[in-house]
Amino acid sequence: MLIRRASDIRSSDVTDERTYLQRRDLIRLAGGIACATAVGTLVPGCSEHPAAESLAPAAPAAAAQATLENVRPAVVSTDEKQNTFEEITSYNNFYEFGLGKNDPQRYAGAMRTSPWSVKIDGLCNKPANYQLEDLVRPHALEERIYRLRCVEAWSMVIPWVGIPLSAVLSRAEPQGKAAFVEFTTLHRPSEMRGQSGTALEWPYREGLRLDEAMHPLTILAVGLYGRTLMNQNGAPLRLVVPWKYGFKSIKSIVRIRFVERQPATSWSMSNPAEYGFYSNVNPEVDHPRWSQSREKRLPALFASTRTRMFNGYDEVASLYAGMDLRKHY
Amino acid sequence: MRRLVKPLIGVLGVLPLVWLTFAVLTGRTSANPAEDIILTTGIWSLRFLLASLAITPLRRLTGWNVLIQYRRMLGLFAFFYACVHLAGYLAFDRFFAFDEVFADLAKRPFITAGMVAFALMVPLAITSTRGWIRSLGRRWQLLHRLVYVSAIAAVIHYLWKVKADSTLPLRYALLLAVLLGLRLWWLRRRLPRPAAAAPAR
Ligand code: HEM
Repeated sequence: MLIRRASDIRSSDVTDERTYLQRRDLIRLAGGIACATAVGTLVPGCSEHPAAESLAPAAPAAAAQATLENVRPAVVSTDEKQNTFEEITSYNNFYEFGLGKNDPQRYAGAMRTSPWSVKIDGLCNKPANYQLEDLVRPHALEERIYRLRCVEAWSMVIPWVGIPLSAVLSRAEPQGKAAFVEFTTLHRPSEMRGQSGTALEWPYREGLRLDEAMHPLTILAVGLYGRTLMNQNGAPLRLVVPWKYGFKSIKSIVRIRFVERQPATSWSMSNPAEYGFYSNVNPEVDHPRWSQSREKRLPALFASTRTRMFNGYDEVASLYAGMDLRKHY
Repeated sequence: MRRLVKPLIGVLGVLPLVWLTFAVLTGRTSANPAEDIILTTGIWSLRFLLASLAITPLRRLTGWNVLIQYRRMLGLFAFFYACVHLAGYLAFDRFFAFDEVFADLAKRPFITAGMVAFALMVPLAITSTRGWIRSLGRRWQLLHRLVYVSAIAAVIHYLWKVKADSTLPLRYALLLAVLLGLRLWWLRRRLPRPAAAAPAR
């Protein structure tokens, strides 16, 4: 992998910083006045309210993103309209940095992503502790333009840059007994302010069946729009499994482990009735609190897009042949 | 001076809506403007509802009887934001697929609670006029106690909506508990002397 440290790319190239600041001030002001309408202290923590905050974009993270070179373009693609860089980097679920959709953009800058090592262990012949570079370099970078369908019934189209997970897993030589792969996110409360809260049990964990992990659509992403990932998107290394709800695509991975039994996964641990291990996109199996039959293709106002089985990636259907997907949601 | 208070509350009351409209029209929302609209109007509906419920305790504690004049306005703002909130859900989330809406109502306790909160606000908004107050007499008081149930349902709706962290809805629940608890406490102290039962809620 060739990463050019492009210190000449200023954040102002991405979005004009002054525009940001003006916006922020305006909206703070409006928000402040609006808060004052509710009789004095009647408003519990108005300013901390996620709904109020989501309207106030934060300043962009200061770190410039390096350009990724020698990327094979559009290895998997779609003719749907891609979401903008601004949308993809300002509207995130990354509870390690807070519950508001804008919190990750605001606060993920505090996470140090260099140096970064990834431990690959468990039931394999070649366990190793890789520096990020060594993990990624042997593989050709590919652009994969995928739909991302969140369990909250919104979706985006995102041009990831990454490598097939299967290539990385094969290097470790999984043993015959390995049936599942477990992934773990960095746990560093000093830099990840949400981890001092109890929204989920930290560190975040996810898992795939080995055949799901080896599927050619499953990738480890290192970039977005041709540049290295922003922290709020799970820098420096994250999973992308496009036929599953977004929370399966774990961010900022530090450990990949081959295991024999189905691993515990964060959302399923927190609410097993609502979030299963498989969590395949499925318009016929509703989330207990909302229907999954349609989705908002952001930034659309209306949920006018019909959700497709496996998020439209029909080629994975054979992985689940003979399984009752209502039971294994 | 006092005459200015009502228009002032009116202006402040529409500010969240003005601010939302401005944000949507000028692209200052998040990437999910529909969510911003639904969440912002939901929370403001609840805030106005609790504000209207705070009038009676505040009046009792401070002796400022003038406060009662502002209660109806606060309640109507709560209803207004609930209407926008509901319209947002119907249009944006369900895209007017009413079969899905009924399925939601039946299957999702979180939506059912919201609907209960909303449905109970409708008769209260309708009977909030001077004419209705006069013609209903003492029954108006009884009818408008439904607001307690509506507020409880709204807080439950909020609690059940949250995915992982209940801190914020619990704060609202606590505030509601205080507002209703004060009433109960005053009611209990009054009970031994039923003759003195004053109509103030
Ligand atoms: C039929 C009636 C109602 C329906 C269908 C409904 C629907 C919804 C939906 C779908 C959400 C979640 C939006 C999202 O996560 O994107 C929500 C949130 C909310 N609703 Fe309602 N609602 C109703 C009535 C009410 C009423 C009457 C109130 C207040 C008095 C209310 C207060 C709230 C609050 C406070 C939230 C959470 C806001 C936040 O998390 O910031 N809702 N409602």
